[in-house]
Amino acid sequence: MARYLLLRLADAIPTIWLVLTLVFIAMRILPGDPALAALGDMAQPQELAAFREKMGLNVPLWQQYLQFLFGVVTLNLGQSYMNGQSVMQLIAYNLPYTIELTVVAMIMGFGAGIPLGVMAATHRNKLPDSGMRLFSLIGYAIPDFYLGALLLITFALNLKWFPINGAGEGFADRLHHVFLPALTLAFVKAAFIGRLTRASLLEVFGKDYVRTARAKGAREPRVIYRHGLRNALLPLTTGMGLSLLATLSGSVAIELVFNRPGIGRLLINAITERDYAVIQGGVIVFAMVVVLVNLLMDLVYIVVDPRIRVS
Amino acid sequence: MTLSASNAAAVERDAAAPLLKVENLAVEFGPVEKPLRVVDGVGFSIPAGGALGIVGESGSGKSITSLAIMGLIPSPPGRIVSGRVEFEGVDLLGLPRSRMPDIRGRDIAMIFQEPMSSLNPVMTIGDQIGEAIKLHEETTREERRARVIELLKLVGMPDPAKRIGAFPHQFSGGMRQRVMIAMAVACNPRLLIADEPTTALDVTIQAQVLELMKEVRRRLNTAVLLISHDLGVVADIADRVVVMYAGRVVEDGDVRAIFKRPGHPYTRGLLQSVPRLDDDRRRLYQIPGAVPLPGTVKAGCPFYARCPDRIDKCAKAMPPMFTLAPGQSAACWVSAGATS
Amino acid sequence: MSTMDEEIRLDAPQELAAAPSKLMVVRETLLQRPATIFATIAVVVFILVAVFAPVLAPYDPLTQSVLNINKSPSPEHWLGTDQFGRDVLSRMIYGSRNSLLFGLISPVLAAFIGTTLGVVAGYFGGVVDRVISRLIDLLLAFPELLLAIMIAAALGGGFWNIIAVITIAFTPGFARVARASTLAVKQESYVEAGVAVGLNTPLLIFRHIVPNIAAPIVVLMTLWVASAIRLEASLSFLGIGTQPPNPSWGNIIRDGLNNLFGSPWPIVAAGLAITCVVLAFNVFGDALRDVLDPETRQ
Repeated sequence: MARYLLLRLADAIPTIWLVLTLVFIAMRILPGDPALAALGDMAQPQELAAFREKMGLNVPLWQQYLQFLFGVVTLNLGQSYMNGQSVMQLIAYNLPYTIELTVVAMIMGFGAGIPLGVMAATHRNKLPDSGMRLFSLIGYAIPDFYLGALLLITFALNLKWFPINGAGEGFADRLHHVFLPALTLAFVKAAFIGRLTRASLLEVFGKDYVRTARAKGAREPRVIYRHGLRNALLPLTTGMGLSLLATLSGSVAIELVFNRPGIGRLLINAITERDYAVIQGGVIVFAMVVVLVNLLMDLVYIVVDPRIRVS
Repeated sequence: MTLSASNAAAVERDAAAPLLKVENLAVEFGPVEKPLRVVDGVGFSIPAGGALGIVGESGSGKSITSLAIMGLIPSPPGRIVSGRVEFEGVDLLGLPRSRMPDIRGRDIAMIFQEPMSSLNPVMTIGDQIGEAIKLHEETTREERRARVIELLKLVGMPDPAKRIGAFPHQFSGGMRQRVMIAMAVACNPRLLIADEPTTALDVTIQAQVLELMKEVRRRLNTAVLLISHDLGVVADIADRVVVMYAGRVVEDGDVRAIFKRPGHPYTRGLLQSVPRLDDDRRRLYQIPGAVPLPGTVKAGCPFYARCPDRIDKCAKAMPPMFTLAPGQSAACWVSAGATS
Repeated sequence: MSTMDEEIRLDAPQELAAAPSKLMVVRETLLQRPATIFATIAVVVFILVAVFAPVLAPYDPLTQSVLNINKSPSPEHWLGTDQFGRDVLSRMIYGSRNSLLFGLISPVLAAFIGTTLGVVAGYFGGVVDRVISRLIDLLLAFPELLLAIMIAAALGGGFWNIIAVITIAFTPGFARVARASTLAVKQESYVEAGVAVGLNTPLLIFRHIVPNIAAPIVVLMTLWVASAIRLEASLSFLGIGTQPPNPSWGNIIRDGLNNLFGSPWPIVAAGLAITCVVLAFNVFGDALRDVLDPETRQ
């Protein structure tokens, strides 16, 4: 197992490098002049020149590339054009809020999804199963920002049970603020996880070792949980990683709907303002998180599957 | 004891108090309006400590019969529509479903064909065998561990104390089947059902596993119900043989008698199909035709279409089991001489 | 497999009916469940509305009117007006145009580019395959929306940029399927025979490989029309898609959120439209898949 782990870790390094390079290329192929885009048509040539100087856009491309890599490694991502704050600071401020939203949404989603999936699998073709199917059909079709908006209008605006925007202060208040946004994300999540659990469980139920368990005299609950779910959870770990990424991706829109601070909102605002350095920083953060989550998924799978762990 | 004397004693034992007595078992699959009967009017018995082999091709219903005894027929889509399965005098089919898990594993155990997939991949073999014990007896962890090691020794696993924490994928097919056997006999069941236990194994390993089963039977006095399409395997272990075709029993008798003087044309065909070293036939013998699908034979003997000895009567009426010799019966008009 | 599986053959009737024609199968599958019928109708309605938008829309979607701000639904304005006095219904109808456009163009483009890439990778193998595969795997590791956001971050909003963004987001998926199919087909003996006989490469690819991968690609495409529509809506909502004042269901919701205390109708209507259209395409695509590729039926 250690060998697999090391191999996988080693494989991550060229991936990270490749991703960073792609980000660099993407940012540099921006059509048009970033200086013009940031400062507007009315800017004077000196201002444009000063901007380019400040952004390091005057040096040859390969030098920019090296400076870029160096900057990433030393965690110096430049400064926001808009307010002069260091990009790193902005990220450090916003990232925790996004993490908070994602984690709460994951807990809610899994907490609802797995039991729903178990119910659907054990009551196949009966009400819980068809209910689950309907639920996931809608969950896949409805845009998360629409659901968020509906929840916002109903529960925050009209019923006033929840705040309209922001993230809150202090533990209880923070939870109060994160509830509706997390619920929105969790809705789709529960549908996805539910379907995954159901499919995985049904596949496992058809396996011979489940029949052996029954032949040994195990009663249904034990068969379902000790033999069924335990094995069905294995492929679920991969689903967990995918789910995490999907939540992250959805959090961007949700942060906008509920006006929450977070990396998503930071990035979107930066794009609208054409705040070059922040855009770059935000993209790097997302890219790195994706690479990391993928890595983690593989590592967890290696550790959890005894077939790989002990061979 | 001479052969005929032991046979007589076996017949006497059968008549006395069989461990398992199956009577008129019928199993159907599919929608209730249009059912397919895959097992029909099946009956046989096994004495305590005895060994019965059920022989038949795919589609004969032999596996379904064994699952019916264990109460493991998936329903839906299957149902047991009639019959009795008397185990130690009690009709299992009449018991509430909730009682069956107590009986499975403790009184009647079963091992299956595919040792590769029949063991839970994420549990150690020690835990799986231990589970078989835990489900039926109050034991401490140490007691269980000791018993598991004993069982592994019984089934011939080398270095049991070390291997108790290993996972199924770390063993070969033959070893896994041994683990299955250990699991099955953990609580000393009176009956062990083995459904094609050696079919998925290499020939040399087959012999080892069969030897193990015979040893287990000797030591623990467990009755064995062996299901196989392989006549050689059955001949090795069983005292008596039941031949099944298209869901019905067509012959029932002492294993040696059936091999020497088969009473049913199908049995004869099966025996002829087995290639022998001293055979000077140019081609392998094949029973012409194919096993009929369930529900396709409306009347008469199901073997009619492929039978070399058939007469008109065979197409019209299903023959009952005729006693051809002491302890041997076959369902055939022609063999019984009841041709009118 | 247990022996029990071999013994039960429930699906083999004594007589075999004549194999039904392709058209009959299509009709039967589509008309079988009410859900599929609704979905097909919805898809057709959507396409018709989008195509005939100029005829159907009662007002110009861009005309603002200070006097008519935030009106509730009425006989003149079936869905009311937004905070700029624009008729919501007309914006919705024109928004469907947007959705159809991006929903169709991008998957088609992605299918084209992706298939080419996948076939090239699968056919030529070696370094070419490794490089392309690595790239595909990398892109596929990202959730679509995130990838789209990151590309839009570089390119900005606007029509062609959105096309590019959605196309790039979908290409890896098609490439992977095309590559897998190509690899499978490459093993087939008739391809090897063709190579042995000396058929030239592009001809080989077209005549043998492409028809075989057509079915899964078509199925993918139908399902991804729904994804494309959803993606465009998301991007427009975020402000990096269709730029205002052009109407897109996504930015109608965005405007609606900025106008929360004014009128909820734009949000409700636009979101419902997106949900229904995506749902319809998904159901329709599933039915299509059952027809074209029955092995993947659940």
